[in-house]
Amino acid sequence: MTTPLAALALLQSYDPQVEHPGNGTFFVATVVKMLVVFAVTLGLVSLLTLAERKISAWIQDRHGPNRVGPGGLLQPVADGLKNFMKERVSPGFVYAPIFWLAPALAFVPALVSFAVIPFAAPLPTPWGLIPMVVADVPIGFLYILSISSLGVYGITLAGWASNNKYSLLGGLRSSAQMVSYEIAMGMSTIPILLLAGNVSLGAIIRQQAVTGWNVFALSVAFFVFMVAAFAETNRLPFDLPEAESELIAGYHTEYSGMAFAMFFISEYSAMITQSALMVTLFFGGWDIPFTSWDNEAPYSVLKSLATLASFGAKTLFFLFTFIWIRWTLPRFRYDQLMSLGWKVMLPVALAYIVIVATAILALDAAGVARGPLYGGILFAMNLVLLVILFVWLDRGRLISPASGRARAAEVARLRARAFEVRQGRRAPVAELAGEAAD
Amino acid sequence: MSLLYQVHFYLFGIIAVASALFFVTRKNPVAAALWLVNTMFALAALYVMLDAQFVGAIQVLVYAGAIMVVFLFVVMLLNLGQTDAPDFRTPGVRLGAAAVAVVMLAELLVLSRAGRIPEVAPSATPQTNVVAPVAELLFTEHLLAFEITSVLLLVAVVGAVVLAKRQRRA
Repeated sequence: MTTPLAALALLQSYDPQVEHPGNGTFFVATVVKMLVVFAVTLGLVSLLTLAERKISAWIQDRHGPNRVGPGGLLQPVADGLKNFMKERVSPGFVYAPIFWLAPALAFVPALVSFAVIPFAAPLPTPWGLIPMVVADVPIGFLYILSISSLGVYGITLAGWASNNKYSLLGGLRSSAQMVSYEIAMGMSTIPILLLAGNVSLGAIIRQQAVTGWNVFALSVAFFVFMVAAFAETNRLPFDLPEAESELIAGYHTEYSGMAFAMFFISEYSAMITQSALMVTLFFGGWDIPFTSWDNEAPYSVLKSLATLASFGAKTLFFLFTFIWIRWTLPRFRYDQLMSLGWKVMLPVALAYIVIVATAILALDAAGVARGPLYGGILFAMNLVLLVILFVWLDRGRLISPASGRARAAEVARLRARAFEVRQGRRAPVAELAGEAAD
Repeated sequence: MSLLYQVHFYLFGIIAVASALFFVTRKNPVAAALWLVNTMFALAALYVMLDAQFVGAIQVLVYAGAIMVVFLFVVMLLNLGQTDAPDFRTPGVRLGAAAVAVVMLAELLVLSRAGRIPEVAPSATPQTNVVAPVAELLFTEHLLAFEITSVLLLVAVVGAVVLAKRQRRA
């Protein structure tokens, strides 16, 4: 064996003794895919920071950043430059080795977990059919669950190593929150296993092409998964680790410059991964709905591009939902968060596993073939379950009062007040002043 | 066995052993816990290389991702680094530990010389269904052990709740 080949083997990238012909293609294709996915994720993260501010501005009826570049489009570049140029402040009381390790520990899991998500139909090239996923591992989404369970280290250690009460509280909150919701998340994926019979994401996408999207066949699981995904990414309404009204900025209070930006980037790339995972597990992955044209051989470049667009559109929708919900819902209180995780989400997910297992057993025993009818029956069952779940979760607090009629006396009182405001006899927001100051 | 495989095997083996050494020698309890996480990660990589991908994923998910996080949680809350905990590392204990290590090493050497340690190597064809084989063994051959373990865990959970309740009243 020649020296360069041995060197490559030592670099863990090339295996000279595996002789099947696809070896070189596999190596080149994987490196290219890694670079592309990494670059696209980071690019998307920077655009998401802009999208977050633009959408929040839109929701709050303001303009948002619009000074840097056309329509504020270069704002992420300016932000990035600012973060690079800033001084890296190292407070004297921190435990330095872990303090500087923590941002990296938050950053890496968020970026590597996208590796197993298939983002398009296989691409035919002169060197053979190339699967459009960085690593087609047979453990599928278990890989994502296990890698994202490591994300908690960055936050917890950042909180501890900062040697600051508020940071420590933020770090402890996050570890409790993420461990709790991880369980609900894992349990909500078990019905998918029951239906698909495999943990591999490719197999789950193929199953959804047959029985229809899992969001219909397993709606309750999707609900639990989505709530858990918000908690796992520490986004509102579950951003307790950095609740600024109580904890300044929680675990990243002491960080500055690029180290702070790394926490920021890891939050947004975790959002991208969770969105892509929701799409893959519940919305058919790269499948284009209402046609089987895209998931049948022969594959073409056009099919790959079309499915990539389909996957991208679905993922962007969920990224929008993440931002939308952040600027719509207020934050939970800490005890509410914990009781929701342990007393609602986990029991619901467990009961749902039993219900789905029974339903699948009954449907298979009745001889219903896997197909649209199978998915349809499960969807009908889910509709009933969802109505029961939401009525119970709401218990006449939010949804039903919102649609109820206001009392006539209340309406008259509000009208009278509005009249007084117009006459100038009363300050417009006097009663709200206390809340607006928050 | 291919060169790539051997390189990886020794790489992760060395990482696992070195991290384990750091785990027992670090003074700072948080740093020690992190080295243990690293050991578990390297072990997971070795499992994956032996084609036990499911075990590898669960190793990271359960040990590195859940148990060690709770462990860290406790270490941080107790702030063990600052207290003068009684040091159990007396010369006697150290000698005992060294003796156990020597006996263990000798056992391993004898067993491998006698050919009693089975050679493990990954299968030539990659597996596609990784969960079912584990489940099959768990629910047929090892059903009794599996059920007893689950009862044991339940007892532990109930015990933890009882202890927590008692402390609140006191």
